[in-house]
Amino acid sequence: MMKSLKAPIWNPYVAGALVGILAILSVVVTTAVLDKGKFLGASTTFVRGAGLIEQAVAPQHVADNAYFQSKKVKVDWQMLFVVGIFAGAFVSARLGRTVKGETVPFIWRQRFGNSAVLRAAGAFIGGAILLFGARMAGGCPSGHGMSGNMQLSVSSLLALVFFILGGVITARLLYGKGGR
Amino acid sequence: MELFIGLGTGFLFGFLLQKGQVLRFDRQIGFLLLKDMTIIKFMASSVLVGMVGIYACHEAGLITLSLKATNVGAIVIGGLIFGIGWAIAGFCPGTSVGALAEGRFHALWAILGMLVGAAAYAELYPALKGNILSWGNYGKITLPQLLSVSPWVVIAAWIIAAVGFFIWAEKKGL
Repeated sequence: MMKSLKAPIWNPYVAGALVGILAILSVVVTTAVLDKGKFLGASTTFVRGAGLIEQAVAPQHVADNAYFQSKKVKVDWQMLFVVGIFAGAFVSARLGRTVKGETVPFIWRQRFGNSAVLRAAGAFIGGAILLFGARMAGGCPSGHGMSGNMQLSVSSLLALVFFILGGVITARLLYGKGGR
Repeated sequence: MELFIGLGTGFLFGFLLQKGQVLRFDRQIGFLLLKDMTIIKFMASSVLVGMVGIYACHEAGLITLSLKATNVGAIVIGGLIFGIGWAIAGFCPGTSVGALAEGRFHALWAILGMLVGAAAYAELYPALKGNILSWGNYGKITLPQLLSVSPWVVIAAWIIAAVGFFIWAEKKGL
């Protein structure tokens, strides 16, 4: 047991299948305990996070916004779920000794060089664009890609296809055929 | 209680994401360049196991499904926008916080960008609501409903397709 927990990596099929079991258990347990089944998802937390931050400066503005009203700006199950992702990855990386201080990843460096500032700008702009798109589509690769497709939802299959299509075209234009 | 369960579920999810190596920018972009199928092996495995369990529990009456509406316009446009941002950032909302935890400091900028993107969406939502978001809404539907077949037929088809894909990917060393 301890040996596997300390392994640097797990087979992606095994780790993925365990996520599938976790997703099932999450819905079953939360349905039984909270009377509301929780499917895994992450992007709404960024809406609530942004709402909480804006609330500190302009509470009336947040209260008046229709989107914040529909998502309810509060600390909830999913926000703690996202905090938990940080904690779980932190422990896993330390047990497996795979912590890696990285400011510019390999494929990015091949194409755009070693500037940490340029990479930070890319991460920031990309992050803003993707979250905007995820909210318009109604979910991200967790909420649509995993949870929605587990339920055989038409909307989630459509979303996943267009996530990948947009990503593959952009990656090809941005990084070329390389990444080598 | 709700918050405690969320934290515990997230902890296990983050642990598995890290062990599966899917938090890495180079894995995410490697997939989008169609050179590295790690994240799809991971994601497809979770979905295959999940669909069997979710439908078994649903038919046993233990749970109810929670589907998102099929707003074709918003999903197609939003999906493509997501993809553009994903290719630039190299993270998605769930993996960004885990990537930061394993020491990939540039993920912090992606997280801050995501908060800004969420705030921007909230500002534009009232304007989008009447048009893009309401284009082509087919409601909350599932593939079995759309095709008028048993969910188990769809699940069997996905399993066969995915296993075929896995064999191909392993043969190609992707």
